[in-house]
Amino acid sequence: MVSARADVSTALSLCDMSKRFGTTQALDGASLDVRRGTLHALLGENGAGKTTLMRLAFGMDTPDTGTILVNGKTCAWRTSADALRAGIGMVHQHFLLVPAMSVAENIGLGRGGVFSGFDPTCTAAVVRDLVAATGLAIDPEARVGDLPVGAQQRLEILKALSHDAQVLILDEPTAVLSPQETQDLYAWLRRFVDSGRTVVLITHKVREALQIADDVTVLRRGRTVMQVAAHATGEAEVLTALLGETTTHGAPHARAPRRTTGKTVLAVNGVTVRDDRGTERLKCVTTHVCGGEILGVAGVEGAGQLELLRVMAGRRIPDTGSATRPARVGFVPEDRHRDAVIGEWTLIENFALKDAGRATGTMVWDDYRVRAELGVRAQDVRATSAHDRMDALSGGNQQKFVLARELEGAPEAFVVENPTRGLDVRATEQVLDALRAARDAGVAVVIYSSDLDELFSVSDRIVVCYDGTVHEVPFDRQAVGRAMVGLS
Amino acid sequence: MTTRAATTSTLFSWKRLLPPLLVSAVVVGVIVVVIVAGHHDIIESFSAFGRGSFGSAYAFWSATLVRATPLTLLGLAVALAFRSGVMNIGAEGQFLAGASAATAVVLTGVGGGMVLVIALPAAVLAGALWAAIAGWLKREFGVLEVISSLMLNFVAQYLVSYLVRGPLQEPTHVYPQTETFGPAAQLPLLISGQRLHLGYAIAVLLALILWWMFRATAVGFRLRAVGAGAAAAASAGQVMVPRVLFTAFLLSGAIAGLAGGVEVTGVTYALYEGISPGFGYTAIAVALLARLNPLAIIGTGIFFGALEAGAAAMQRDAGVPFQFVAVVEALVVLGVIALDWTRERGATRR
Repeated sequence: MVSARADVSTALSLCDMSKRFGTTQALDGASLDVRRGTLHALLGENGAGKTTLMRLAFGMDTPDTGTILVNGKTCAWRTSADALRAGIGMVHQHFLLVPAMSVAENIGLGRGGVFSGFDPTCTAAVVRDLVAATGLAIDPEARVGDLPVGAQQRLEILKALSHDAQVLILDEPTAVLSPQETQDLYAWLRRFVDSGRTVVLITHKVREALQIADDVTVLRRGRTVMQVAAHATGEAEVLTALLGETTTHGAPHARAPRRTTGKTVLAVNGVTVRDDRGTERLKCVTTHVCGGEILGVAGVEGAGQLELLRVMAGRRIPDTGSATRPARVGFVPEDRHRDAVIGEWTLIENFALKDAGRATGTMVWDDYRVRAELGVRAQDVRATSAHDRMDALSGGNQQKFVLARELEGAPEAFVVENPTRGLDVRATEQVLDALRAARDAGVAVVIYSSDLDELFSVSDRIVVCYDGTVHEVPFDRQAVGRAMVGLS
Repeated sequence: MTTRAATTSTLFSWKRLLPPLLVSAVVVGVIVVVIVAGHHDIIESFSAFGRGSFGSAYAFWSATLVRATPLTLLGLAVALAFRSGVMNIGAEGQFLAGASAATAVVLTGVGGGMVLVIALPAAVLAGALWAAIAGWLKREFGVLEVISSLMLNFVAQYLVSYLVRGPLQEPTHVYPQTETFGPAAQLPLLISGQRLHLGYAIAVLLALILWWMFRATAVGFRLRAVGAGAAAAASAGQVMVPRVLFTAFLLSGAIAGLAGGVEVTGVTYALYEGISPGFGYTAIAVALLARLNPLAIIGTGIFFGALEAGAAAMQRDAGVPFQFVAVVEALVVLGVIALDWTRERGATRR
């Protein structure tokens, strides 16, 4: 164990950090000690608290409890600017750049005084010096929107270094990079660390982390469960820490016997999906779901699971390959406010929204009112009447309403993305029960959840998305966890 | 705060009517300040304003409502687009395209006594086509319609200049305008001795139709869904959003084109430069003040019609520059935006 608390050789130390968001305990006494001049990998599943911990370290949120020590001195950040002044820089997973501005202008932004927020002396020449000093090749006069992702990331790092960051935090930096760009980034990070500075790398890629990092810290459910030198451990050990030895509920043997009808209801055959930039998000994927079963889809963020579910739900046309879908497919998207409901509309209008694409003639509002009221009753939605505005409902009730709408009319298939995100325990159980009831009624259900425990408690069968491919895996937590990070 | 909105937009509700009334009060206050600051006699100015807008049967039927006709039609065009999430600022250009097309049909002399039956549909078509340019640019290349539709207004303006100095110029080739239309190409008057023409009846009818369309029809619901939440409409409703946006553009342009056709056949009986004193821009204020509700546009159309008619009289009789109407209209738009902002603040604080 690396224990260097309050030692001056410790560049950044986070002790006993806790943070609660609403009903979610994101961090529950997590700790992290980062030695100066090392590359430290912070590992964990989705929702383990990695990003939250680093947001606290960078002053983007304030901890409920816990202390932050930089070079052995206790610090309390009010804003990220305080953290920047203390020599801590962060590169976010989603870049914070102005695409229409030049590289130099982007670096100048946020460096100015109180009123301008922009430093006009940050010219191309200044940036060229910075490029020379850091070895991060980038054209200072290029328009950021024209740069490839790898260069945009170098720019984000340059931005942090322009504040003379001694500790650089990178959140999933390789998620958007090609293999070559990843190699280049790791090589650069190694040189940076060798020059005496410090890097914290947030990642879910176990193998890469063990190859490149000096030290490894593993978070699980908001707690530090492992803190070790990288050479002193192995993949299996890290994975065990990452996934936990046992599951709290939903062990395979506890499940009811499978009631699948054995008839394939939904199938995708050789489906490839490309994003706006032409990158393949799904690579020739073939899979299927039967009636009366719940197919759980697991995957780390951006592994292609959302694209797969959208193809299955008929919300996304595959670039190549085909999808066989029944006539009626219910769909519950991950981003409820954007993709499922219109907040300023009534429940009745939101119910009618499901027919918006195919309705003709006049809208029979009385019909929709009755259907909305039936749905409200079926899923126990707490609303005073169907004339309520959608945004007057709590998140859990909105979600139950969406379930009611999408389950109405006996769909043959039901596709749901992270259906319990942001819901409290009670609403979560109600939502999962609705999925089980649909399954028992013979519906083919597909669920993606970033919470593995939830996936195991509700699914009959699990497939794992990794890097745009889909893998059938045994119904076993270790196997799924390994497949999610690309080990088989 | 508890809001219990009805299934669809409520027709009359004090809660919805109060903010526009407040805005109107502020506007009147500013009018007073502007007039006083310009050293004009306030009594004289206001009585001239009253005489010109509501002061007599002639003022109301022949000035206010005649002005209100294009403003109502264009207000409906703008409201249809805005409610569907299309920022069509090009009603002015679509109006001019419609006016030009109707004029061209009339001057070719086709249709004889039934020329209006060809001229008005031609205006509708021309307005839709003019809007389709901006709609197509948006759909194919993602060009912001605020920019493209606005720029096309200037193209339309110069097109009218070209037409009235070139192919459509009156036979003597002296004045930059067309010859006056014959009686067959003039819309019938609604009241004898007054200038009010059939176009106003068309505008009111269209307001009722649009109100019903948004409230009761699937097409209207689809347009509303795309305007209120395009992503939700696409995902939950499987609406083909780009197609609906394009349709909204076409419909909006068609109505604006009709307004142009109605103006040349109902009021001016000829095409000339400056046939529109910015009707298409004023219409944005008409639509916004009505909170994009087609029925309310009948009211705000009359309000702005009276404003312009009264301002014309004020200039004639009291010497107050006509431009002050522009000040008032700008104030109305700003007032509505401010009200929306406070409403949203109130909603999020809940």
